[in-house]
Amino acid sequence: MQVAVIVFPGSNCDRDAAVALERALGKKPLMLWHADTELPKLDLVVLPGGFSYGDYLRTGAMAAHSPIMREVVARAAKGMKVLGICNGFQVLCESQLLPGILLRNRSLKFVCRSVTLRVENNNNDFTRQYQQGQELSLPVAHGDGCYFAEPDTLKQIEDRGQVAFRYIDNPNGASRDIAGIFNEKGNVLGMMPHPERAAETLHGSTDGVALFASVVKALA
Amino acid sequence: MKLRVDIMLKEGVLDPQGKAIGHALGTLGFKGVGEVRVGKTIELEVAETDSAKATAQAKAMAEKLLANQVIEDFRVSVI
Repeated sequence: MQVAVIVFPGSNCDRDAAVALERALGKKPLMLWHADTELPKLDLVVLPGGFSYGDYLRTGAMAAHSPIMREVVARAAKGMKVLGICNGFQVLCESQLLPGILLRNRSLKFVCRSVTLRVENNNNDFTRQYQQGQELSLPVAHGDGCYFAEPDTLKQIEDRGQVAFRYIDNPNGASRDIAGIFNEKGNVLGMMPHPERAAETLHGSTDGVALFASVVKALA
Repeated sequence: MKLRVDIMLKEGVLDPQGKAIGHALGTLGFKGVGEVRVGKTIELEVAETDSAKATAQAKAMAEKLLANQVIEDFRVSVI
């Protein structure tokens, strides 16, 4: 099994993601630079949190058009798994691997604290080791996390079970309290909260561990 | 040739920044300020000299990168 974390200029959660993945995998993931144009054979790509390209234009917009993302989009269409966390979620929306977009938080404030989420769909390779309806405590740290999509799109993603996680206490004004969504096929997950920052006891929560364990097990 | 791309949030998309600015204007004593919306303007220089072709080019750029049409509308004009 081959797993990679993509590093954009401005990524800052890439190493945390790599550590969490290494624990689940038993080996280090590859770290790939955004300017790479060829991907090795991969089963899972993680787009980490951070401020890629300084959030210029719109969060995730520049990264979505970086050379490596063309290849990620093509591979995702063939079923490769992709996990986007925080800025990674923004990149997935901007590259249209996921519907909708992340807007500025309704409060206009950067929110940096632990939030409680509910697992809305555990019938997916990323969430199988959670219980349906389980409540998780994961940290968020973002200024642009307010999920927005047209009403028709929202209805569609709800009807198809694409909502992965919902906030219990919505920190950013996201439509329908959405914290994370799958694509229609279920091989792409984007989420604002940080599972890699809740991956060991010293983090204060280990609720993120099951996410990495789920996807690694599914790929084994 | 120089072009200008004006990008605005679509009707109905919440603009908390505009709301905050409207509130601040009220605090400064400006009366009767209604809805305030914030957009952005991008000026582009292109080699193309035909204005219709240049406009088409800028429109393609806006569709692909400059605007996100889930939430934004744009307008291209030749300067």
